[in-house]
Amino acid sequence: MTFPEIARKLQDAFGDAVVEVKSEGVPDPHVKIAPGRIHDIAAALHGDPDLRFDYLMCLSGVDHGRETLGVVYHLASMTHRHKLTLKTDLPAADPKIPTVSDLWPTANWHEREAWDMFGIKFENHPDLRRILLPEDYPGHPLRKDFKVPEFYNGMKVPY
Amino acid sequence: MGLLDRQFNNSNVIITSMENLLNWARLSSLWQMQFGLACCAIEMMAAAASHYDFDRFGVIPRATPRQSDVMIVAGTVTLKMASRIKRLYDQMSEPRYVVSMGSCSNCGGPYWEHGYHVLKGVDRVIPVDVYVPGCPPRPEALMEGIIKLQEKIRRETLVRKSA
Repeated sequence: MTFPEIARKLQDAFGDAVVEVKSEGVPDPHVKIAPGRIHDIAAALHGDPDLRFDYLMCLSGVDHGRETLGVVYHLASMTHRHKLTLKTDLPAADPKIPTVSDLWPTANWHEREAWDMFGIKFENHPDLRRILLPEDYPGHPLRKDFKVPEFYNGMKVPY
Repeated sequence: MGLLDRQFNNSNVIITSMENLLNWARLSSLWQMQFGLACCAIEMMAAAASHYDFDRFGVIPRATPRQSDVMIVAGTVTLKMASRIKRLYDQMSEPRYVVSMGSCSNCGGPYWEHGYHVLKGVDRVIPVDVYVPGCPPRPEALMEGIIKLQEKIRRETLVRKSA
């Protein structure tokens, strides 16, 4: 299926949960969705025999500045050879979004990385721990408002 | 004159000082702590392999700090790794030496400004004897570092640890 067909199908099925469909003037056509509905939409994309998005290529965290974080999902279908990009916006004060790791096991580690770097909480994740940084590291370093700590466990961090 | 400053002809007797003997023994069998942290480790492995053959300096990788004399810190020291390196260093028996290999381990390297997770120089947690510059240093450079360390050990005395 082409991008407009997939977007239309999503809009018909989920209505208001599809916030924006953007294909003009962007290198990567995408569908912006309400974060609370991500699991329903992902389950439909994964399970629908016409869509069959069986491969989560990448799950990324983003800090857009202006108190907004985001999660971006790059999906592909091995069966139908089509792709889709989903985007969500989250408030930086309390970034929460349901996990999709039960649909795509790949998402388990990707979500842990997004938690580690941006502090995005993935609800119902089976094991939401930091994946790269040590457990006692202060803060989430890829946030735009992150300040490098002066000391970590008695070791001076800045140059 | 080095170790063999007095040798009797037609005999199996060599006279030298205790210091010279100990230093010669130490510098001739620098067993290295076997671990690598980043791309520098690839060069270190190349140095240990047949082409550069570290074995001829007596440098043999050991898989435990208890049997090691020298720690070659080859690569980026992250904050997470720094405490492990400190612990491994503490587990090595004296005399023990440290070669810091490459820019990351010397001073943070390319991560000096924005590396929120990188220790800016391994000398912030353990004392370093020889710094080998480079990113990464070629095996020849690491070899030079080992030779420098050997020179340093050769000058050691029993009353004072110089290296």
